[in-house]
Amino acid sequence: MPALDVSGLEKTYRGPRRNRSPVRANAGISLRVRHGEIFGLLGPNGAGKTTLVRQLTGLLRPDAGRITLLGHDLCRHPRRAPRLLAYLGQQSTALDELTVSLAVETTGRLRGLGAPAARHERDAVLDELGLGALAGRPLNSLSGGERRLACVAAALTGHRSFLVLDEPTTGMDPVARRAVWSAIDRRRTERGTTVLLVTHNVSEAEAVLDRVAVLDGGRIIACDTPAGLKARVGDEVRLDLVWRDRPPLEVPAVAALRARAGIAGRRWTLRLGPEAARGVVATVTTGPAFAALEDFTLATVSLEDVYLALGGRSPGLVREGGVTG
Amino acid sequence: MSAAPAGGRRPGERPSGPPARPPAQRTGAPRPAADTSGAAPGAAPPGPVALAPAPGLWPALGAVYRAQLSRARVARIPLLFVATFQSLGILVLLRGVVDPGPGEAARAVVAGSTVLVVAFVALNLLAQHFGRLRASGGLDHYATLPVPAAAVALGTAAAYASFTLPGAAVTAVTGSVLYELPMGGLWLLAAVVPLAGAALAGLGAALGLLAPRPELATLCGQLGMSAALLLGVLPASRMPAPVQLVRDLLPSTYGVEALAAVLRPDPQWDAVAVGLTVCTVAGAAALALATWSYRRAATR
Repeated sequence: MPALDVSGLEKTYRGPRRNRSPVRANAGISLRVRHGEIFGLLGPNGAGKTTLVRQLTGLLRPDAGRITLLGHDLCRHPRRAPRLLAYLGQQSTALDELTVSLAVETTGRLRGLGAPAARHERDAVLDELGLGALAGRPLNSLSGGERRLACVAAALTGHRSFLVLDEPTTGMDPVARRAVWSAIDRRRTERGTTVLLVTHNVSEAEAVLDRVAVLDGGRIIACDTPAGLKARVGDEVRLDLVWRDRPPLEVPAVAALRARAGIAGRRWTLRLGPEAARGVVATVTTGPAFAALEDFTLATVSLEDVYLALGGRSPGLVREGGVTG
Repeated sequence: MSAAPAGGRRPGERPSGPPARPPAQRTGAPRPAADTSGAAPGAAPPGPVALAPAPGLWPALGAVYRAQLSRARVARIPLLFVATFQSLGILVLLRGVVDPGPGEAARAVVAGSTVLVVAFVALNLLAQHFGRLRASGGLDHYATLPVPAAAVALGTAAAYASFTLPGAAVTAVTGSVLYELPMGGLWLLAAVVPLAGAALAGLGAALGLLAPRPELATLCGQLGMSAALLLGVLPASRMPAPVQLVRDLLPSTYGVEALAAVLRPDPQWDAVAVGLTVCTVAGAAALALATWSYRRAATR
């Protein structure tokens, strides 16, 4: 029995008042998440990730389809969701004026812990995430990353065996990110906790996920391990060239590349076979082309490239900020 | 696989892309012990996983109340002081036109200003609070916890009603001194504030939770408070009949009347009993409405 079994999930919103054309947010989504897995939902804004998560957490009723979480039918019993999972949403407004300590303790109490157990867990999770020094500070006086970390602490209290985390590490520094992923990994190792991670950050997705479902236009366009997905686009590599002022089009080899490059200002992005990439690198690191070159990066394809290769339509995935800190 | 040409970047320029190191190193995150098939499955239980216990109504209500009450430390000026200053200002302002002594006008001014503190915080600020929570998605936090809807609505309403107690006491005592009214019956505040608070906080919560936009919640809260001000501070006998009808529909009116009935040398306990009874009934209805509104807003 998988931890989460979703099949044929459909959700259509009515359009805005002036334009009543309906918006199909989820168009027949099916996926299975295994116990103890860190499973990602990757896609740009508007891909249907939030709608899917709101249905999984019992906040929204699907129009059609079936959701079975840890053996419970959530379409028939949506109120069971809070007793099975912990959800970290993107907003912290409900906790903003509470101290970190009280926010975590209260969340534990509201997840059914008794007062002594909630205090004990509060101390343990604050210590685990390195939040001890901030325990007495209200969330709204913290930096964005610190506030996010406090919300993660609240999400981790109460011993839920399924965690739904929506962009958990946004704005965090590398130390905080490491603490979050260590805490999640510890729960997975010790208790078999399953994690559903929503992200539009490809770097984070590649680093931490066991498997990832790529969403676009309300559908899952691919679902595999990050390595498996990347293998689908063959052995291409990605070459980014940044020119100092303007590209040296007087060099014929460079001029020939222009048609194949994705151009954003002074940056050219090329997806090439390894052999061709080596040739281009040799060209741009010699002679007049080298004099015009500001910087270049040669990398294996990312999930962003996979997303585009699979037919993803929105260039809304981010690479920066997620992982490099 | 990354290299940069000699000469490097210009000062202030961003690097051209993330370094192409292995992802696990880039994060500093521990790569989960995933096998190449992608899954690191734990032992799957044979049947449905047991549901975690949900908190009971009272423990949950207590936790919400305590958490909300603690917000007074962070936001003490809007939650505790502004309403009191407004009511004290009205007392001073009207002292110029209302004679001291236990006449109807003086009692209406003092009782009305006192209950106005309750209306400002419990109706107006609570409507704004829930309007903001609803619009920002903050209600999702509670809706994804196994907490009874009543615990969130009642715990928050109780906290907002509690915020009004010090301000109401200061206003009532100051007003009684300023207008030379007997203070022997002011102990009744211990009943008037919670009961009027329940009615007004329930109404405020419902307005905030039902308003489709947070600005509308703010507007409704402000209008409710203005009504409590105008219809509470002025003596009822001097109002035209249609306005008196509106006054009768406002729950705060009965708190004002109960309090005004003890601000005279010979307290009218029957009026107190009627006022508090209506407050109790209105409070129960308003809190039920607030709970229903919360449930509706939380699971849109």
